Amino acid sequence: MTISDLGQSSPESVKPKINWARIEETDNFANTVKLFRQGKYDEDSFRRFRLQHGAYGTRMTGDYAMVRIKLPAGEIYPHQFEKISQLSEQYSIGSAHFSTRENIQLHWVILEDVSEIFRGLAEVGLTSREACGNSVRNVMCSPLSGVCSDEEFDATPYALATARFFLRNPMAQNLPRKFKFNFTCCEKHGMVRMVDVGLIPQIREIDGSSQRGFKIFLGGGLGNKSYVGHQLEEFTPEEDLLYTSIAVMRIFDRLGDRKNLARNRMRYLVNDMGWEKFQNLVFKERAIVRATQSIITQLDVDTTPDEIKHPIRITDESGSLTPDGYARWLKTNTVKQKQSDYRSVFITLEAGDITANQLNALGNLIRDFSSEGKARCGFVQNVALRYVLEDDLPRLYSKLLEVGLAKSGALTMTAPIGCSGTTSCNLALTNSHRLAKEIQRKFLELRLDEDDDLSDSSIKISGCPNSCGQHGIATIGFFGGGARVGKDMYPNYQMSLGGRSDGETMLGEICLRIPAKRVIPVILKIIEVFKDRKKSGDTLKSWIHRIVNGNEDSDIKSINDIKKILEPLVIPPTKEEDPDFYLDYGSDTSYHTKTGKGECAA
Amino acid sequence: MCCLTKSGKILTDVDSLRSEIRDKSVRVIDVRRENDYKQDHIPTAVNLPLANLLSDDSPERVLKLVNSMGIDDETSVVVYDDTFGALASRVAWTLEYLGHSNVTLLETTYSHWKSLGLENDSKTPEIQSKEHSMHLRSEILATSDYLESAKTRDDVILIDNRERLNFLEQHIPGAISLPYRTLASNDHILRSKDDMKRLFDNRGITGNSEIITYCGSVGTLSGLAYYALKSVGLPNTKLYVRSFKEWKNLQKPTEKQEDASYWDLSAE
Ligand code: HEM
Ligand code: SF4
Repeated sequence: MTISDLGQSSPESVKPKINWARIEETDNFANTVKLFRQGKYDEDSFRRFRLQHGAYGTRMTGDYAMVRIKLPAGEIYPHQFEKISQLSEQYSIGSAHFSTRENIQLHWVILEDVSEIFRGLAEVGLTSREACGNSVRNVMCSPLSGVCSDEEFDATPYALATARFFLRNPMAQNLPRKFKFNFTCCEKHGMVRMVDVGLIPQIREIDGSSQRGFKIFLGGGLGNKSYVGHQLEEFTPEEDLLYTSIAVMRIFDRLGDRKNLARNRMRYLVNDMGWEKFQNLVFKERAIVRATQSIITQLDVDTTPDEIKHPIRITDESGSLTPDGYARWLKTNTVKQKQSDYRSVFITLEAGDITANQLNALGNLIRDFSSEGKARCGFVQNVALRYVLEDDLPRLYSKLLEVGLAKSGALTMTAPIGCSGTTSCNLALTNSHRLAKEIQRKFLELRLDEDDDLSDSSIKISGCPNSCGQHGIATIGFFGGGARVGKDMYPNYQMSLGGRSDGETMLGEICLRIPAKRVIPVILKIIEVFKDRKKSGDTLKSWIHRIVNGNEDSDIKSINDIKKILEPLVIPPTKEEDPDFYLDYGSDTSYHTKTGKGECAA
Repeated sequence: MCCLTKSGKILTDVDSLRSEIRDKSVRVIDVRRENDYKQDHIPTAVNLPLANLLSDDSPERVLKLVNSMGIDDETSVVVYDDTFGALASRVAWTLEYLGHSNVTLLETTYSHWKSLGLENDSKTPEIQSKEHSMHLRSEILATSDYLESAKTRDDVILIDNRERLNFLEQHIPGAISLPYRTLASNDHILRSKDDMKRLFDNRGITGNSEIITYCGSVGTLSGLAYYALKSVGLPNTKLYVRSFKEWKNLQKPTEKQEDASYWDLSAE
């Protein structure tokens, strides 16, 4: 008898329907790293190979990688959380990071250990394959798909089928650039106009019978230059979903710019060609795809409903007191589902970071509280437990408190997005990651999460113009850069106002450059100016929206008017007056910009 | 499961230990704190809290401790802890250093032993003192001076077993990072031999290099690594037992990963 024979049975986990992993990729990766280290594999081919397998480079070093674990449609199961927890302790920094695209990232991994992570992931059916590189990136789906009261049907099975179709598909191994799909539930929750292919589920009634399909948007995306996507046609029936996706990818593959790295996302192609021409090309190509597929290719959509089963608990249910802070948390972190008696619970993280212990704890919390037995990643560096019975919420809150995951504000402006910035990214100019955390701590202290005027606004921060932090679609967005007074440099952010990614998607309008250490006072000032002028029913978001669209009738009529009010706040002090001004958050040495080779293609 | 190496076993599995206890052919050392030990422990175990050992780990003192635990040169010793094997490793290594050749680690932790429903009690055994010899095995010890000169040779691999963030922040120049968490697998304090071998192979920790391990302060985490290396048959391994704490106190050179605010990525 050995330990494994004696092993205790852990509580039953719901099993994932799809295994995304291929164990043979593990040894292949390990061997390739060895060959590369022996100089038998050139730098460029190795980089392409590494990225194709989901490992990015790391700031200022070739010895470490970031492994990006894909969670197609954002789904993650308890035993997968537990495995990732273990992997982060073994090979990373004991924390992991929820990204904005439903990936979990492990940073500062030694290149030689990456294959061990693949091995661990394969044990639980996960992969990082094609999470970076010129491939179809993780296929996203709204965390509320299936429970949103405004959706026409649940897009999750379509997102999973799309991910399955393109993963390792020869068609998608060498695209001109990365290619992203976002499925959503409704106009409000999701980001369908800011991505290569965005899809909203629609039902059409024809001759008394109803037909499923999608509203498809093409050619949007954020980046150094951002564009809003275009709607392809009124309605795309579900049979045409795959043909349309293939057609679009074929056009991109053929015509996309393979030379000019900075301009080769599909949105540039659409923009250069003009939408109507591109649209016609898609229709033509789709007809060809339909006609030439030798056998009918259809997505393998598994629409068997998930089992919804209230977990059985052995623990004592008798009435302990509801802890302080519950009401605030309930208001700012949970959403009523269309299924009565259930809520979806969003976990507040700081810029997406979570400890190994917390990840591990989430495993059992899902088993104990989610009637669907799994969790869904959100769009804003967070994660949601769904199908939690309303009666269980106080107990779930107490459990979250125990593991430090009960902070409020997940669904409000007080949970900003911050890309990795100088914590690990080669292209970063500022520590956007830490700034997001500083804002969150300050705003929670000021209880701004409870303010209904602010809850539908957002703050998003990138550490350079590349938009990983999605600043362009934030109510208040920032991207980092350096500025100087004489010979002294300080970290600085370009601020934009009025961006949004809902039915009225638009990019924020550039307002003013704000020194890092003035960002918090500036946001507070904007809130104050708004409060003095708000009309009944106004939120910060609707007020700013009126301003950027020229519809505001108070003394503040334009972004320029806001700029004038803020300008006095951003005047740099001398280094003697305020040495701290010249340091970035999280650093006690003098600020300078330093970047390495970017793996943007990545 | 036992890992046989040139120098013998590294681990004792749960079943072997139970039968050795029944046969009274083993001295079990529990290195947890005294209060924990008093509550319950593996039957017949004696208590040697690590802190007690560390308060003075000169060979003369260790010899006295070993004698008082009824251990002579022939006694088979199994050490366990509740700290993923790191404290037990430090004690086992100390015995080895003294010249004791028959010491192994329990393959799992005490918590896990208990969770398997295995026997435990709170009795303190009566021990008859024995006489152990002293043949210090200096080849398994690295001092700071030794390390400093060894580092200049290219057949020496220096391994830092602290957590990754601590390593990035500051380490001995030339060290490679292998956090102690990497060494275990689920309920075992060490991975299986094949798994361990693959991990080391990938990292280029192979063959005939001399390997020196260190950690934060007292050689526990690196003690575990010492046994991990031995478990795959890497013979030439030394423990820098005073580790990074001493290195820094001696103001010897250190190195850090520059130009990145990695700490801000960690969640608290
Ligand atoms: C020119 C180069 C790059 C461009 C244009 C770019 C673009 C983007 C965009 C637009 C997003 C937002 C997600 C979306 O809505 O699609 C994103 C996310 C992300 N990118 Fe990049 N990227 C670049 C380089 C990099 C590099 C070098 C890294 C670091 C290894 C990186 C790491 C990330 C991360 C971590 C996210 C998710 C944000 C988060 O949650 O932290 N990107 N990228
Ligand atoms: S926005 Fe810039 S700093 Fe942030 S992750 Fe992207 S490339 Fe790096």
